[in-house]
Amino acid sequence: MPADTVQLVEPGQTQMLNQLWELQLKNGFINDNDIRRIAEQFNLATIEVEGVVSFYHFFHRKPTGKYTIYLNNSIVADIKGFNRIKETFERETGAGFGSVDRTGTFGLFLTPCIGLSDQEPSALINFYPFINLNAIRVKDIIHALKNGASPESICDAPADNIRYTPPGDKSIFFKKFIDGKALSNAAMLGADGVIEVLKKTELAGRGGAYFPTWKKWKAAKDQPALPKYVVCNADEGEPGTFKDRVLMNTQAKSLIEGMMICGYAIGAEYGIIYLRGEYRWLKSKLDEAIDEYRKKGLMGKDCGKIKGFDFDIRIQMGAGSYVCGEETALLESLEGKRGEPRTKWFFPVEKGYLQKPTVINNVETFCAAARILEMGTDEYIQMGIPGSPGTKLISVSGDCKLPGIYEIEWGMTVAELLDLCEADDPYYIQVSGPSGECISIKEKYRRISMLDLLARKDIRCGGSFMIFNKQRDLVKVLLNFSEFFKSESCGICTPCRAGNFIIQRKLERLDNGLANEKDLEELKSWSTIMKNTSRCGLGKTATNSLIFSMEKFHEYFHSKLDKDFNGLNLKFDMEAATEEYEKYKI
Amino acid sequence: MADMVNITIDGKNIQAEKGKNLIQVAKENGIFIPSLCYYEHIEPPLGTCRVCTCKINGKFGPACTEKITEGLSVEVNSEELKDTRKALVEMMFAEGNHICPACEKSGNCDLQHMGYELGVSSTRFQHLFKDRIIDFKPSRMVMEHNRCIKCLRCVVDVKTNDGKKVFNYQDRGNETYVGIDYEQEVKLTEEQAINAMKICPTGAIIVRGVSLAAPFGDRKFDMESVQKDYNKKKTTHKNRPPVMGKKIVATVSLAGCFGCHMSLLDIDEDLLDVVELVSFDKSPLTDFKEFTSRCHIGIIEGGVCNSENVETLRKFREHCDVLVALGECSVWGGLPSMRNSIPLSECLEEAYLNSATSEPGASIIPYHEDLPKILDRVYACNEIVKIDYYIPGCPPDANHIWKAVKNILWGEEYSILYSEFKYD
Repeated sequence: MPADTVQLVEPGQTQMLNQLWELQLKNGFINDNDIRRIAEQFNLATIEVEGVVSFYHFFHRKPTGKYTIYLNNSIVADIKGFNRIKETFERETGAGFGSVDRTGTFGLFLTPCIGLSDQEPSALINFYPFINLNAIRVKDIIHALKNGASPESICDAPADNIRYTPPGDKSIFFKKFIDGKALSNAAMLGADGVIEVLKKTELAGRGGAYFPTWKKWKAAKDQPALPKYVVCNADEGEPGTFKDRVLMNTQAKSLIEGMMICGYAIGAEYGIIYLRGEYRWLKSKLDEAIDEYRKKGLMGKDCGKIKGFDFDIRIQMGAGSYVCGEETALLESLEGKRGEPRTKWFFPVEKGYLQKPTVINNVETFCAAARILEMGTDEYIQMGIPGSPGTKLISVSGDCKLPGIYEIEWGMTVAELLDLCEADDPYYIQVSGPSGECISIKEKYRRISMLDLLARKDIRCGGSFMIFNKQRDLVKVLLNFSEFFKSESCGICTPCRAGNFIIQRKLERLDNGLANEKDLEELKSWSTIMKNTSRCGLGKTATNSLIFSMEKFHEYFHSKLDKDFNGLNLKFDMEAATEEYEKYKI
Repeated sequence: MADMVNITIDGKNIQAEKGKNLIQVAKENGIFIPSLCYYEHIEPPLGTCRVCTCKINGKFGPACTEKITEGLSVEVNSEELKDTRKALVEMMFAEGNHICPACEKSGNCDLQHMGYELGVSSTRFQHLFKDRIIDFKPSRMVMEHNRCIKCLRCVVDVKTNDGKKVFNYQDRGNETYVGIDYEQEVKLTEEQAINAMKICPTGAIIVRGVSLAAPFGDRKFDMESVQKDYNKKKTTHKNRPPVMGKKIVATVSLAGCFGCHMSLLDIDEDLLDVVELVSFDKSPLTDFKEFTSRCHIGIIEGGVCNSENVETLRKFREHCDVLVALGECSVWGGLPSMRNSIPLSECLEEAYLNSATSEPGASIIPYHEDLPKILDRVYACNEIVKIDYYIPGCPPDANHIWKAVKNILWGEEYSILYSEFKYD
């Protein structure tokens, strides 16, 4: 690190996750002695360290094999042949999923979406990506590993698959980026000027919440407390979403500069990128870009020759937890704790990281901010539609010929997007991931924009389209989502922890043909209760797709019901219920 | 003088201290907002159980994490909100394995109390019967994970003298549980340990050798509701046409202990009325094995644990206009459902082969075509047939039963007194 680097002094426990990562990578698990040592080091009870370790699914308390394989079980993987790949892995390695083979060589584990939905089925082996798997390829990979090849040497470089940018070379995100230009433009405008620009360009949180970015930055700027922090939420955990992966792989510098501009505007000296564990393979890309900026004098003391503006960035690796994408859970995780969302007692701009004012934005938001400052307000607001200027990145996956990233101008219709990606008989489309909204093909003329809060006219998209054709069973899709939420809930609040479990049971009932009209009503009512009472966005949105799909695919749900229901529940399966006892037949 | 501001709760204007906690202010003004995780001296509030959900300035949110500000408008007692809060309490009962009759904390349990206050007679959710352990390893305490509602109170509040936590969440999602640190737990003083047991809103933390015993009727939540209008709540099911002539009743005990039938007899002199007004068809009281006529009401005690129970229950559904699930076992499985989180083979082998009284090699697990077949788990009656009404309790209070039955048969208006509403 160069001498003029800004050193961030963070109190002890914030470094705990990094230490745990080191141990996990070195030994394949975290043993009791290490736990005790770490507890002593941070002056904690061992139960607290154990609590942190057990929260993140990439941390293990038992050996995970020399080669730890995480196979993605998201719904997109499922329709691309997940089951076959799963079987092949088991056959080739001799291990079952959730365990390690007898020789301790291979550990097989399932994990939710790893951000490679455009190249499924995919897996991580020792956190290196392997994409477009088929049975033969799995055999080859395992064979190569058995023969001593390192995962690093045989892994894939996932394609960026940027399929579409606005015609006429008008891409906002993917054109050539001139290092330092946005920052120097920001310095000319001054802090208030930057916020004014964001206000004019109506930039809003691209993680999917669409909170006006200028308001967030201004609120942080107005806080008297110091120091302040800039945090980039690169915990892209929403299944089906991979736009941030592509941005970080191709546009790391605009991300960095976006964070610096934010730091300049709010008066922060330090930024942290919270990168999801699944994207460990992207870390070196980001590190390189950060180093280059330091070397060029664009980062560190007096960044870009702006007197008195010091800024530096570090990367914090997540460790496998969807809920850490929720901003306050992310803060907890940054502090080296369990990623449990905080209550809304304080907003992060008031008391965020280490209880200091903190701006948290999505990767795409920072990239957009840098681009806006680079290109200027006027050019930016010419794109898109009034009230929703600019472009938006959408990750498209599922039943279509051209899965990948689409940079669309706001205002494009669903039909146009489906045409572009050559969707194959689309029937059911999941927008913004499982927590988003589902739409039926009947709604294909709706626009994609950030205008309509209730998403009744226009569709507000957090960043992904998962396309399903008519052959896909909707209840199976919903069951996949509900399993995801059930295990990714942080467990702190009742409606989300118990509710997702309860909803899953009910969906299983529907899937088995046992449900009647009353069950559908209950599903709707219980989903609403979870929505109204959960502590954070996870629980509030976990039943979105269920509520929307019951509204939009009414006939389908009715075709699933037990039509002979007469209060006797004749479908109660006595044979299944007595099967266990029958083995005592003499 | 504190800064006073104006707020409204359910349309009522209230002056309150700025920045104060909403639950506290409501309580001082005689407005009951149910809560479980909220504990006055824990700041910031925990906001984990969500039972205090209200509409605050038009938006759903927990009252416990709300600070009083000028113009705050709170809606507490709309039908929707009442039902939502009730659902949350029901969720806790469905999620854990709460067997009140077998719990040390019964009568002193905040969760049970909330159930009474909100009139939870059955959970709308199917019980999950997740296998949870009882941790006997701590030297001072026993952790009963079946009963924990993950309120976070102990995690935040219980610390050793050198400031270390004793409890912490482990795992996540529906696997979340509160782990106890064996090393730190030993360091707690007796007083601190007892405090941990006390702040637990259920019976999840039990200190060894410390008794909570108080006679039934004298326990913390036995006597009176915190809601002034609790006993004034009238319930009727008006759309049921009154039946003319003598009413015909059938009763049965499935996987139960006949305790609910015993409780039926506890209505004392009202029994004389019963004889006048009602005749019994199939019932252990008459010893009729088969139905002889159609019945107005069928009263079911006990859950469903074998194939014969299923058949009997179906016959009741076919022959009775109204079915009432009587007592905990019938409502959701109750005591027999303690086996639901254990594989059937383990239960049978423990009972017939490995028990202290069985002779090694001489015992078998009974199986005969004439014997009912044991089901994989104990089912609640409403998993097998449609149930119309639920009367909770182990056993239910005699007055509760009689009032409910009178209402069903003759449409009489009734209100269940707080003291008549019991789960144990």
